[in-house]
Amino acid sequence: MKKLLAILLALAMMLALAACGGGDSADAGDTGDAGTSDAGDTGDAGDAGEAEDGAAATAMDPSEIQIGVIYIGDEQEAYTANHYNGLKAACEALGIDPETQVTNRWTVPESEAAADALYELADAGCDIIFATSFGHESYVLQVAAEYPDIQFFHATGYQASGSGLSNVHNYFADIYQARFLGGVAAGMKMQEMIDAGTITEDQAKVGYVGAYPFAEVLSGYTAFYLGVRSVCPSAVMQVSYVNSWSDAALESEAAQQMIADGCVIISQHSDTTGPATVCQTAQESGNEVYFVGYNIDMTAVAPDACLTSAKINWNVPMQHAIESVLNGTEAAVDASYGLEESAVEITPLNTAIIAEGTQEAVDADMAAIIDGSLKVFDTSTFTVGGETITSTVDIDGYNGNEYIVDGAFAESTLASAPAFAFIIDGVTAPQS
Amino acid sequence: MKRQKEPLFQMSRREELPFARAVLIRAVAIVLSLLVCALVIFLLTGLDPVEVYATMIDGAVGTARRSWILIRDAMVLLCVSLALAPAFRMRFWNIGAEGQILVGGVATAACMILLGDVLPAPALMLVIIVTSVLAGAVWGLIPALFKARWNTNETLFTLMLNYVAIQIVSYCVVFWENPAGSNSVGVINPSTNAGWLPSLFGAQYGWNVVIVLVLTAVMYLYMSHSKQGYEIAVVGESENTARYAGISVSRVIIRTMAISGGIAGLAGFILVSGSGHTISTTIADGRGYTAIVVAWLARFNPVYMILISFFLTFMDRGAIQIATAYNLSEYASDMITGIILFFILGSEFFINYQLRLRKKEAE
Repeated sequence: MKKLLAILLALAMMLALAACGGGDSADAGDTGDAGTSDAGDTGDAGDAGEAEDGAAATAMDPSEIQIGVIYIGDEQEAYTANHYNGLKAACEALGIDPETQVTNRWTVPESEAAADALYELADAGCDIIFATSFGHESYVLQVAAEYPDIQFFHATGYQASGSGLSNVHNYFADIYQARFLGGVAAGMKMQEMIDAGTITEDQAKVGYVGAYPFAEVLSGYTAFYLGVRSVCPSAVMQVSYVNSWSDAALESEAAQQMIADGCVIISQHSDTTGPATVCQTAQESGNEVYFVGYNIDMTAVAPDACLTSAKINWNVPMQHAIESVLNGTEAAVDASYGLEESAVEITPLNTAIIAEGTQEAVDADMAAIIDGSLKVFDTSTFTVGGETITSTVDIDGYNGNEYIVDGAFAESTLASAPAFAFIIDGVTAPQS
Repeated sequence: MKRQKEPLFQMSRREELPFARAVLIRAVAIVLSLLVCALVIFLLTGLDPVEVYATMIDGAVGTARRSWILIRDAMVLLCVSLALAPAFRMRFWNIGAEGQILVGGVATAACMILLGDVLPAPALMLVIIVTSVLAGAVWGLIPALFKARWNTNETLFTLMLNYVAIQIVSYCVVFWENPAGSNSVGVINPSTNAGWLPSLFGAQYGWNVVIVLVLTAVMYLYMSHSKQGYEIAVVGESENTARYAGISVSRVIIRTMAISGGIAGLAGFILVSGSGHTISTTIADGRGYTAIVVAWLARFNPVYMILISFFLTFMDRGAIQIATAYNLSEYASDMITGIILFFILGSEFFINYQLRLRKKEAE
């Protein structure tokens, strides 16, 4: 009896589910219908817009667009918080209500769960979908292929241009420019310490907490180091990988280790404030260590150590992306914006601790980067294995592409994702 | 005269409850948990609990796609529970399913990557299944051999092997990652789909369902209607009895753990070949532990496991939908799942024990 009942229950459940499943094809039809009718609506909206203001012909009214986003973390984590704030700012600028017109999916891992979440957003009628983490990309391509009418934008990825899908786009920001400026602020401080006799020239050592040993991280720390060295020529740098994007314990441990090794400047390419806290603690115990943060202004966490933080303003690329959908124009397959467009910045300098003249030096370099007279990856400023890089055509990993243009590595020009993957002389980093 | 103080409650073990009564207690527990959740939801967020529950159901089975995701996830959880049942029945605390899933998954990924272009599809699929089951079986056998030979503690041993498995996966990811250094393998064979479990009758996860349900039936028969299944039960009740009855305890342990690990390895195969098509250290995602709850709640009965796997997955999917619909953090949904599990597990206490209040003091 007992078993019979159980089996019956199980069967009932299976049948109920099978019934749901049976509706698959019909539902797919529905989705299609929804898609078409949506397109119809869009057309109407466009007409209405034209009729009303007569001037700008918008393909879609800002009040009608539906936006979907998948995040790797939640608002507690700096990278995601920064991305989310960027989206909200973009929405505000375009007159989109982030409460009702944006669907956020938090803590979406880089697995089939990402595809599940993307399908959900697509089925829910989103017109534009953002994916924020590197490992989401495969699933973006998979879902985008099935929804050609929805525009997909993936941050930090590299596969859009080669995917053959016109509705997939990659976006990033020229964060290396901001990192260079952060490096200048750090280098000024270091030079001040040398001049004051706090450390000798040989002790001018930078420590850098990196997430993973690939181009995005290599490009970032090289830019930072070149910024430091542009004002403090004797500086060397040590890099430590934590093999995680967001692990406060590991990041802190790496920072502690580097401080113990004599590093007086710490910076990071990882998503927690662990290293900032370590530097603050070191300062409080009388150990002079300064810090440059990432993602968000980390001065709040390390008021006595944090000189400034390099930050991406995601609202810039996201606003461009949303605008392209609103206007019905083709969005760039690869988009990367920099200092000029305010897509990257360094947060206000911590005037209580920065070296004298930092603001002026940073402002001058920023202007020079924007007008093109200063190139961050100027090949005359660094060597690899004692040699100057003259071409990337024959170097493994660049697929025959030439990134060296006019005596500098033209970062993020052929694709939005960073491509600089050299360990330059003066940097000690584990080989990947 | 000094009187012994009688405690307020007295707890005693119950006789086996009638089935209807046990079901009633469980039902009451679920209703109570839903009421408490409603209260918590209302107090914390001010949302209408009925609406939240409707959203939950919508999130789990609201569309065909959601139903299929529910089925897919429930099938994997069921598969891992099936793996754990014989081991736990034998009182062998296999908390290493997580690692057994991972090695099964990594074996699958290895075959897909290395043999994807070499073998024709049916042969490749066969090789993948055999390899993943073997990999899981080996991972189950290691602690079993040590237990049988040197009576090591299997709880610690299986747990620690999970971490070894994670390291093996990390190591392999470094070989297969794309681009180099990114720690991400991405979807394997995205263009050829080599080594992907094909769809069945138009259903993408059709094979997942068939494989796991057939396995459920087989395990049901194995556990309750076979000599080996009976041996497992006897060893679980008392090793000495088993020895007295002429059962080779170490042989039963080794055989059962090979089966247990093998099925967990198969779950890894389903996760990699049948749904995610990638490998990372997080593919098991705690299923090896959740499945322990499933196996225990079902009293190792594969048929009940179907129900419980579906229930837990249903709660999980529904909770994700709540988080999205109301823009809450996923921790909010974890709380709801936690409360409900607390009540369900608590109800097992009332099914197994009865409480007697202290009697009024007699003069």
